[in-house]
Order: sequence, then C-alpha cells, then structure tokens
Amino acid sequence: MTLTSQLTRGEVEPGAIWPNADFSRVPSKVYTDPDIYSRELDRIFYGRHWNYVGLEAEVPEAGNFKRTAIGERSVIMIRNRQGEINVLENRCAHRAMRFCQEKFGKVKTLVCPYHQWNYNYDGKLLGVPFQRGVRGNGGMPEDFRLEDHGLPTLKVARRGGLVFASFDNDVEPLEDYIGPAVLAYFDRTFNGRKLVVQGYSRQRIPGNWKLMMENIKDPYHPGLLHTWFVTFGLWRADNQSQLVMDERGRHACMISTRSEVVDPEVTKGVTSFRRNMKLNDPSLLDIVQEEWWNGPTVCMTTVFPSVILQQQVNSLSTRQIIPVGPDKFDFVWTHFGFENDSDEMTERRMHQANLFGPGGLVSADDGEVIEFSQQGFEQDQDFTTMCELGGTEIGNADHMVTETLIRGMYRYWREVMDI
Amino acid sequence: MTSNFQDLASLIALHAEYAACIDEQRFADWPGFFTEDCHYRVVARENHEAGYPLAIMSLKGIGGLQDRVYGVTSTVFHAPYYQRHIIGLPRVTACDGDSLSVEANYLVIRTRRDMLSEVYNTGRYIDRIVRTKMGLKFAEKLCIFDSELIPNSMIYPI
Repeated sequence: MTLTSQLTRGEVEPGAIWPNADFSRVPSKVYTDPDIYSRELDRIFYGRHWNYVGLEAEVPEAGNFKRTAIGERSVIMIRNRQGEINVLENRCAHRAMRFCQEKFGKVKTLVCPYHQWNYNYDGKLLGVPFQRGVRGNGGMPEDFRLEDHGLPTLKVARRGGLVFASFDNDVEPLEDYIGPAVLAYFDRTFNGRKLVVQGYSRQRIPGNWKLMMENIKDPYHPGLLHTWFVTFGLWRADNQSQLVMDERGRHACMISTRSEVVDPEVTKGVTSFRRNMKLNDPSLLDIVQEEWWNGPTVCMTTVFPSVILQQQVNSLSTRQIIPVGPDKFDFVWTHFGFENDSDEMTERRMHQANLFGPGGLVSADDGEVIEFSQQGFEQDQDFTTMCELGGTEIGNADHMVTETLIRGMYRYWREVMDI
Repeated sequence: MTSNFQDLASLIALHAEYAACIDEQRFADWPGFFTEDCHYRVVARENHEAGYPLAIMSLKGIGGLQDRVYGVTSTVFHAPYYQRHIIGLPRVTACDGDSLSVEANYLVIRTRRDMLSEVYNTGRYIDRIVRTKMGLKFAEKLCIFDSELIPNSMIYPI
C-alpha cells in the first residue's frame, strides 16, 4: 500500500513509514510527501498550536496592520481602538478575495475592493453596498445578517512584545504551550522592554520547513560548518553550553557562552577552524556584554512550529518559518533592538547582522545545506536520516555533541501527526 | 545636473569594469573600486523606504570588503554560481566638485551548475563616486534591491 492511499484514508498506522521504535531515523517522506505536508498544515499550522505573527511594535497604533501568513493561510495582524491586537484571516467573506495586498499600512477600515465589503479592526462586517437593493430591486435576502459574515478571527496571545495566533480556539494558554523551562529563556530577551524594529530579510529556501527547525536544534553543526563561529569562539564544542527542552520536546533552547581560549581537542581536524584568521575590520566582533544576558552569549530558541528567536552576541532577530509546499519555505528575519539602546548599540547590532540572514557569513550556508539535504531526500525516497549523536535518548544536555533536540521534536511530531 | 560628457563616459566605463570584475569572479580586485573609508551596503527596498538600518551586507572600509571576500572565497559553503550584471546607464543626480551622486539600475542573473539561468536580484545602485588620483572610486555604494525574496542565499557582492 502506498503512503498516499494510507493518508487519504486517514488511517495511517503508526510506524507504517517509521522504521524504528525510537526517533533516531527520520524517513525521506517526512520531508517530501505532499500528503504528509497537507496533514502538517491541518494538524500543526492550523491546529492546536501557537504560530508567530509578529511584534507588537510593528502595529503601534489603531489601524496599523501587518500582513503575514500562518502555514499557507494569509493573515492580517491589526491593532484596534482599544489597543488590542487582532489576527484576522485575509479572505473576504464574500468571494474569498485575499483583499489585503500591502505588507504594512494604516487603514480606517478593511475594504475588499471587489465589492467594497467593509470590515472593522475586529473583523466585523460593517456593511455591504446595495444590501437593500436599488429602487426596490435585488439586494441581499431579508435574513442576511452582517454579523454572520465577518472575517475569521484567530485566537491571539501576546508576551513580551511578541504576538502569536492560533486557528484553534481551544489551544492552551501560550505560557503552558511554551512550558516553564523554555519560557524562562523567552522572558530573558522579551522581558517587557519595548522592542524596536530594525528591518527585515526575506529568503526562500528550497527545503522542507522542518529542516530549519532541525538546524536550530542541532548544536553539532555550528562548530563545524561555520568558520566564523569556530574561529572566533561564538559557537564551538568547548563552549560551556546547555540544551533545554519543554516537556513534550517541541520547543528548545541552545544556550552557550563564548570562550576566548581554544581547547585544541575541539579544533583538531576541524578544517573550518582558522587559527590565524584575523579580521581587517575588527569592529565586526566589537561584542559588548549586555546586563540581561546573565552570562550566556548566545541563546537560540525554537518555538514549534513557526519561529526561531535569536540572540547571538549583540544580534537579535525573530526568524519566521512560512511553509510554501513540502519542499520550500519562506524564512523571514525581523531584526530588532530595544527602545533604550544607544546609537552605538544599534550600530553594533546592525554590524553584527553581517553574520546572519540570507547573506550572513554564518547563516547563508545554513540555507544552502538545507537545499542540498532536500535534494538528497528527493532522490532517495527510501532513505532514513541518521540521528544518533548522543545516543537515541531524549533529554536535556550540558554539551553540544548530541542530536537529542531533533529526536525530541520528532517524538512530538509523530504524536500529533499520528504517523 | 549632469557634469559633462567626459564624466558620463568615465562613469559608464567604471560600471562596465565593476561588472566585469564581479562577473569574472576576480573578487580580490573588487575592493580596489572603493575608497579606503568606503561604505558598501546591500539593502532591501522595503528597509530603505521604511528607514530601517538593516542590510544584507554592510561593509565598512576596504578592510570590511576584504573580510567579505575572504568569507566568500574561503569560508562560506555554497553552491557555486555565475553572476551576470546588466547595469543601466548612469544617472548623475548631483555633482559637487570631486564628488558625484550617481544612480543606475541593475539586474543580476544567476546561473548555478546544471540549472537554468534566473533573475536573481534587481534594483538600483545609489552611489557616491569621488575623483581620486587613482581614478573614480566608490565612496558609498548602496545596492537597493526590489526583489522580495532572496533565492536562498546571497554570497557574492552585487
């Protein structure tokens, strides 16, 4: 029986495509199969999960909106007159028009240009032209009620300046969803200080969306792939580090502290380590310790399924994952600082951004390796990954030489996907 | 606002040489087009228009450019690709002694191994070009790209 027919019948036997009882082997189809992807959209992105939509600072005043997407559904984050933030589906109740085409803006009402159906900031339909007809002719039926035809409104949660939304009203509170262990690190950055947007980077990566989640649950690669991390100690196997998961294994933090002294054991044979590499512009690494770090120089947080929260020395960003098919996703970086940052600190954050993003001296190659992993999965559909670094167990760790966080994510993924 | 015909001819030649240098991947020569204290930036149009400071690359001085070249040629893993720059005619928007403000549209076609050629990045250069004893040099080069999505990564300079 093919996987496709199993899935469309909705009766996938757990283990039918999964080769092992544990989580140390992930089959190619998990990254390539359109039916699995479609189930992910339904159960994960449109299901009982919180998805990142943006920063409160992006919609400072009533009527300010930002258009973004959850899974493949276009949504609008908009602030109302009470100062609340709503997330509305960008789909007119009349002819399904994705009426909002600008990415940001400020409006008096949301109007679908096709027939001028008009919605307020809460998504309520305010009126439709010719509702009562013209000169006694036509118009909407007697029982037409404006209140039955609003825009779909999502459940919204805000914390520390970030906005999350869910298509499922019964989703647990955001704090319970993230869980206390990861929430502590979330709050370390987003502790109520006002955030300031510093700009966006947008890239389309031809790979399955989970590969980006895996990339930031994989502490093994940064000290090998990324010369700049290894050489300058920003991420290296001898750094003091911690891996922390929520109870269900879906979210995680990779926390580490930069070491200036190099342990020869971890650079031996690592070709990306360049002992004599010197910067011509040393200001790139003009790192200034900030009080709120409380030690760690880096904290990379994955909030399943849609966002990565980056603190890497002075560079801060949210990285949103928007899947556009099983084999590609858009990756949207929102760089930010804090309201009280000095001009020098803003400049420093921006200068360090040379390491990150689609052109980053570090992050550019993450997109590249994801693309080539995807190509490998496509060419060998019977392949399974090897994910046994640190054994087959799932648990927190105080070192980097483990893939435990990836196994943790797949334990949860199998549970929610019933695969 | 245009200076004179000789200036215009020199600017066209500068752009032609610049494109040839990058497209032929003579990256070690690339910093030579700039002044010692130059500023080179590649910025998304949306950030430029909103006044956001973020850049895809923001390199200061010849040293910053040299670090990028080292990164591109020696450290950043990526699929190899060719670039082909098509640079439009220069438009001189201001001329102040030895400093010229110049804009030009650009189009970069990317060709990866085994792949079809594709429009990779398009936008406009906003340059401040100065006359030096060594000829015209970029004191500031701002690449403002319209492209809404970068096709995976941006490795080489634009």
